[in-house]
Amino acid sequence: MSGAPLLECRGLAADYGGPPALEGVDFAVAPGERIGVLGPNGGGKSTLFRVISGELRPAAGTVRLSGRCAVLPQSDRSRLDYPVSALDVALMGAIGRLPWWRRPGRAERRAARQALDVVGLGDSAGRTFGELSGGQRQRVLIARALVQDASLVLLDEPFAGLDSPSAERLMGLLDDLAGSGHGLLISTHDVEQVAAWDRVLCVNRSQIAFGPPASTLTVPVLEATYGNEIVTLPDDGTGARRGLLPAVHHHDDDHDHGHDH
Amino acid sequence: MDTVWGALADPWSQEILQRAAAEVALVGIVGGLLGCWIVFYELSYGAESLAHALFPGLVIASLAGLPLLLGGAAGLAVASLGVAVVGRVPQIGRDTATAIVVTTLLGLGALLALSPDSPAGIQSLLFGDVLGVTQLDLALAAGLAVLVVVVLALLHGRLLAVGFDRAGARAMGTSALLVDIALVALLGAAILVGVQGLGNLLVVAVLIGPAATARLLCRRMAPMMACAALIAVAAGIGGLYLSYYAELAAGASIAVVLVGAYLAAAALAALRPWRRAGAVVPAA
Repeated sequence: MSGAPLLECRGLAADYGGPPALEGVDFAVAPGERIGVLGPNGGGKSTLFRVISGELRPAAGTVRLSGRCAVLPQSDRSRLDYPVSALDVALMGAIGRLPWWRRPGRAERRAARQALDVVGLGDSAGRTFGELSGGQRQRVLIARALVQDASLVLLDEPFAGLDSPSAERLMGLLDDLAGSGHGLLISTHDVEQVAAWDRVLCVNRSQIAFGPPASTLTVPVLEATYGNEIVTLPDDGTGARRGLLPAVHHHDDDHDHGHDH
Repeated sequence: MDTVWGALADPWSQEILQRAAAEVALVGIVGGLLGCWIVFYELSYGAESLAHALFPGLVIASLAGLPLLLGGAAGLAVASLGVAVVGRVPQIGRDTATAIVVTTLLGLGALLALSPDSPAGIQSLLFGDVLGVTQLDLALAAGLAVLVVVVLALLHGRLLAVGFDRAGARAMGTSALLVDIALVALLGAAILVGVQGLGNLLVVAVLIGPAATARLLCRRMAPMMACAALIAVAAGIGGLYLSYYAELAAGASIAVVLVGAYLAAAALAALRPWRRAGAVVPAA
C-alpha cells in the first residue's frame, strides 16, 4: 500500500461523559485498503465511527483525516418513511461543498446521477428511498459518499439483513471502491468475510488487535474481542473453524448512548 | 347559480372578514411549509408545548396593556428556560420536564385570565380572534411568511440531509445543531405570530394538521410542502365560511376543517395503499 494514510488514529479514547466507551485505539488506513472492524455489540465500533466522522469529540488522542470522510449508517437506522428519491439522497452528498446560500444545481445533479450509475442504480434515480431493497439502499448511500468525494468511507454493518446476491453485489462494489483508491472501514460480525480483506481491527472497549487477517484472526484475539460469544465449530477438514453465536448478529447498541450528548 | 356566487362572495363584503382571510392565508402558508419539517423533525410535541407555555406571557401583556408579541416572546423565553432547568433534574426525563413546565405555565395563565378582575375577552388569547386581526397583525404575518419562505428555501438541502441522516450530518459538512436552531427559531416566530389570530390552543392545528395530511398524499418533500400550504390556506378560508354560515367560532371552525381534511386524506390513502407515506414495497 502506497501513499500517505487517509486516516491516522493515535491513542484515541472516547466516552459519553462516563467511563470510556473506547480507548487505546491506534491504527491507520492507507488508500485502497479494506479494513474490517470486529467487536461485540456495545464494544465501541459505532463510537469509533462517530469519533472519526467528527460527530463525537475524542476524549484523548488524535484523529488525522487527509481527505473527506463519509459515513454509511446501518440501513434500518436511516428513515424509510422519508419523502426522498434515490437521487435526492445522492444529492445530499453535495451540500457540504456548496456555500449555504446555494442550492444544488445542474452540475450537482449530474454528479449524483453519475454516482447512481456507478453503483448500478441509474435506472432507479426516481424511486423512493424507503421502497428500495436493503442492498439497493446501501448502494444509494455509497453513491452519496461518491458525490461527497470522500476518500474514506465508514460502513456500519452494511451487510446486516442482506440476502446473499445483494451482499455479493455490495462486496463487489466495495472492492471497486478500494480499487479506485478509497479507504474503507467496514464494521461487521462476519469473521470469514474479514479474512478476505486487507486488515482487521478488533475492538472491545479498547483496541485488541490491528493487522493483516492471517496473523490477527487468532483464537486468543477473537476470544479477547468477543468474550464468551465466541464458539469453535467442528473441524471440517481444514482446521477448526471459528464462528460466532447468532446472538451477536443483533445491531450495535452503542449508537444509542450518545443521542443526548 | 347566482345564489351560489352570492353565498360564496357574501362574507367578503365585510372588511373584518377580508382581513381575517388574509391572516389565515398568510398563517396557512407559514404553517403548511414549516409544518412539514416539524413533522419530520419530530417537533410536534415541542410545537404544542411552546404554544401552550407562552400563554401566561400573553395574559400578562394583555393585562398590562403591552403588545401581545412582547408578552408572547417573554413567555417563550421563560418556558424554554423552565424546560432546560427542570430537564436537568436527573430523576425527570425531558418529556416529563416539558409536560410539567407546560401545564404549570398554562395553568398559571388560565388562573390569571379567569380571575374576576381580568377584563372580559381575554379568552380570545386561548381560542384566538381571527376576526379581530389588525393591520399590524397582518403586516407581521406577511413579514413572517416572507422570512419563512426565504429561510426554508435557502436551507432546503440541509434540512433534508439532516432530517434524513442526523448522525452523518457532520461528515457531510453541515451542522445539525445550526439547522435545528434555525428550525426552532422559525417555529417560535410562527407560533408568536399565529397565536394572535388562531389563539393558543389552535395555532398548533395549522402547524401540524396540513403537514400530516399532505404526508398521506405526497411522496416528495417539495410537493408535500406545496400541498400542505394549499391545504392550510383552503382550510383557513373554508373555516371562515363555516364560521360565517354556521355562526361558529372562527378558529375552531378552521381546526374542524383541518381535521376533516386529514380524515379525508387518510381515507384516500387507505383506498390507495401504495400512496401511503412509508409503505414499503418489496423490491428486487
